[in-house]
Amino acid sequence: MTFNFLNIKMNLLKLLFLFFAFGICLSFAPKSFASTQLINGAGASFPYPLYSLWFKTYNKVKPDVQINYQSIGSGGGVRQVIQGTVDFGASDSPMKDSEMAESKSAIHHIPTVLGAVALTFNIPGYNGDIKLTPELLVGIFSAQIKKWNDPRLLVENPSLKDIKNYIIPIRRADGSGTTAVFTEYLSKVSPDWKKKFGEGKAIKWASGLGGKGNEGVTGLVKQNPGAIGYVEVAYAHTSGTPMASIKNKSGQFIKPTLEAISLAANGVKIPDDFRVSITNSEDPKSYPISSFTYLLIPESMPQEKSKIFRDFLKWSMVEGQALAPNLQYAKLPLDLVSRVQKKVDAIVFSTVIKTK
Amino acid sequence: MTKKTRDHHPGDKIFFYSLRVVAFLTVGIFLLMVLSIGKMSLPALNKFSLTFFVTNDWNPIEEIFGALPFIYGTIVSSLIALIISLPVSIGMALFVNEVAPRWLAAPLGFLVEMLAAIPSIVYGLWGLFVLAPFLRNYVQPPLGEHLGFIPLFDGPPLGVGMLAAGIILAFMITPTISTICREVFSAVPPVMREAAYGLGATKWEMLKLAIFRSSVPGVGAAVMLGFGRALGETMAVTMIIGNVPQIKLSLFEPAQTMASLIANEYAEAETSLQLASLTSVGLALFLVSLIVNGAARFVIWKNKDSYKV
Repeated sequence: MTFNFLNIKMNLLKLLFLFFAFGICLSFAPKSFASTQLINGAGASFPYPLYSLWFKTYNKVKPDVQINYQSIGSGGGVRQVIQGTVDFGASDSPMKDSEMAESKSAIHHIPTVLGAVALTFNIPGYNGDIKLTPELLVGIFSAQIKKWNDPRLLVENPSLKDIKNYIIPIRRADGSGTTAVFTEYLSKVSPDWKKKFGEGKAIKWASGLGGKGNEGVTGLVKQNPGAIGYVEVAYAHTSGTPMASIKNKSGQFIKPTLEAISLAANGVKIPDDFRVSITNSEDPKSYPISSFTYLLIPESMPQEKSKIFRDFLKWSMVEGQALAPNLQYAKLPLDLVSRVQKKVDAIVFSTVIKTK
Repeated sequence: MTKKTRDHHPGDKIFFYSLRVVAFLTVGIFLLMVLSIGKMSLPALNKFSLTFFVTNDWNPIEEIFGALPFIYGTIVSSLIALIISLPVSIGMALFVNEVAPRWLAAPLGFLVEMLAAIPSIVYGLWGLFVLAPFLRNYVQPPLGEHLGFIPLFDGPPLGVGMLAAGIILAFMITPTISTICREVFSAVPPVMREAAYGLGATKWEMLKLAIFRSSVPGVGAAVMLGFGRALGETMAVTMIIGNVPQIKLSLFEPAQTMASLIANEYAEAETSLQLASLTSVGLALFLVSLIVNGAARFVIWKNKDSYKV
C-alpha cells in the first residue's frame, strides 16, 4: 500500500513539473515571436535551395522578418496561392489563364532566376561532347532513334560511329516542372511531337525508364550504359554527369552554362506580366531549353505584409541575384531586373481580401 | 461467480464499452476512407465506367486513363516477393525457434526484426545503386542466355524492373512474415513435440508433423500481412521498378505499380480528371487487397479441418 501511495505521489509530482515546464514555455513563446513578422510560402522545388538561402540571409538583414518556404512542387504552390492558404506561392511555369481566373485575388508573377533542362548521358568508352539538334531529341525520346551509331546522330557526332549501345531514354516518372519545360520545348520545335505526345508535367512516353525526381533520373543514367536523361541543370552540375550541347534557334550548339541560360531571356519579347515561355530563344548564344521560375504574389494582403514583400522583392533583385550563381542558378539579365524593380514599385496592393 | 455479481463492478463495464468504441472506431475509419476515396473517384468512374480497371492507356495529356498495367504490376511484383520470401521466412523461423543454439538464435532473430526498421527509401536507394547494377551485370545476362527461351527471362538486362522490385519487396516483407511465423511456431504446445518424438519421429518429421501442420492457418495470416505490405509499398518500388505502365511477360522489363503511380503523379496532377483517376487507382488498390485477403482467408477456412493433427 505504502509503495503504491508513494508511486502515485511521484507521478503527481512529475505531472506538476510537466505542467510547470509547459506553462513556462507558453509564457515565453509569444514574447519572442511578437515582434517578428511571419510570412509563409510554398511551391516549386527547383528554386528551393536558393530560396532557403535567400530567406535565411534576409532574416539576418531584417531580423524582424521571417519567411518560411515549403517546397511542395509548382502545382501545389499554384493551388495553395489560389486558395489563399499561403502568403505567396512559387512555380516553375506561369499560371494558366484558367488558374488566374480561379483565384480571388489578382496574382503577380515575379521572375526570380532562370533554370534550364540539361540532357545528361552515359556512353561507356566515350568522353567527347554530344551535339543534339531538336530533331534528334525528338527522335531519341519518341524511340525512333534507337542506337547511338544511328546515321542521323553521326551527322553531327561522327565520333559515335563505333558506339554500338542501344539508347535508353530516361525521364521523370513523377509529375514535374522539368518535364513540363522539356516537353513544351519539344512541342514548340516539332509539330509532330506536339501531336503525338503533347506537353505537360506528366505525359505518356514512347519508351525508356522513369526515375523519381532528379536524383532518380541521374541514378538511372549513371547505371545504364547508353542512357540519356533530362534533369534540372543545377542538379546536373552537382552530380557531375556530362551534358550535351543543344542546337539553338540560330543554329549554334550551346552547353547549358549559366551565361547561356541567362541570355535566353534576351531573345524573347517579355510581356509586362512576365508570363512567357523562353524556350527556343532567338538570342544566338542562348541555351534553348531554359525557363523562368516565379514567385506568385497575391495582390490583396494586409498592409504590413505588402510592405515586407516590396522590400524583399527589391532585395532579391540586387543582393539576391548576386547569391544565385554560387548555387548554379542563372541570374536575370540586367534590363529585366530593372523591369522587375519597376513592376514591384508599381504593384498597388489592396488590403481588401475579396471573398468568393 | 455468477453473472450478476460480476455486473456489480463498474470497471468491467467501462472497459467493455471502451473496447467497443475502439473497435468500431477502427472499422469506422476504414469505411470512411473507402467512402471518401470512392467519392473522389466518381468523376473518373463516371467517365470511364468499369473499363477503367481493364484498359491499358494512361495518358494525362489526352485525359485517357486506364488502370490495368498498374494492377498487373502491383500483383506480379508482390507475387515475386512472396515466392522468394516465403520459403526463406519459414526456414528462418524454424531455424531460429527449433534448430539454432540459444546464443545464435537471439541475435539472429533480432537482426531479422531490425530489417523491418529500415525506412523504405533506404531500401529503394540501395536497390537503385547496388541491387540493380548487380542484377544487370551478373544475374540477368546469364539468365537471359541460358533460360531466355522462357518468356519470363527474355528481355533487355536493364537492372531495374519487375524482378528488381520483387526482390526488394522480398527483403522488406521477410521480417514481417518470419517474425509472425516464429510466434506461430512457438505457440505450438511442447507436448506436441514430445508426442512426436515419442512416436519415434526424427527432428525433421517432428517439425513437419507437430509444428508445421498445426501452424498452417497462422502462417497463412503471416503471408497475408506480408503480401499486404508488398501490395502497398510505395517508395522503394518507385525507385526501382522503372515506372513504365506496360504489361510484359518478361520479368526484366520495367513496370509500374498502383502505389508508385499515385506517389509519382498525385502531387503535380494537372486536371481534376487526372486526380480522380489517381484516387480510382487507390480504390483499385483497396479492392485488390480486399480480394486477395478474402480469398486467402477462404482457402484457410475451407481447409481448416486438415490442419488438425
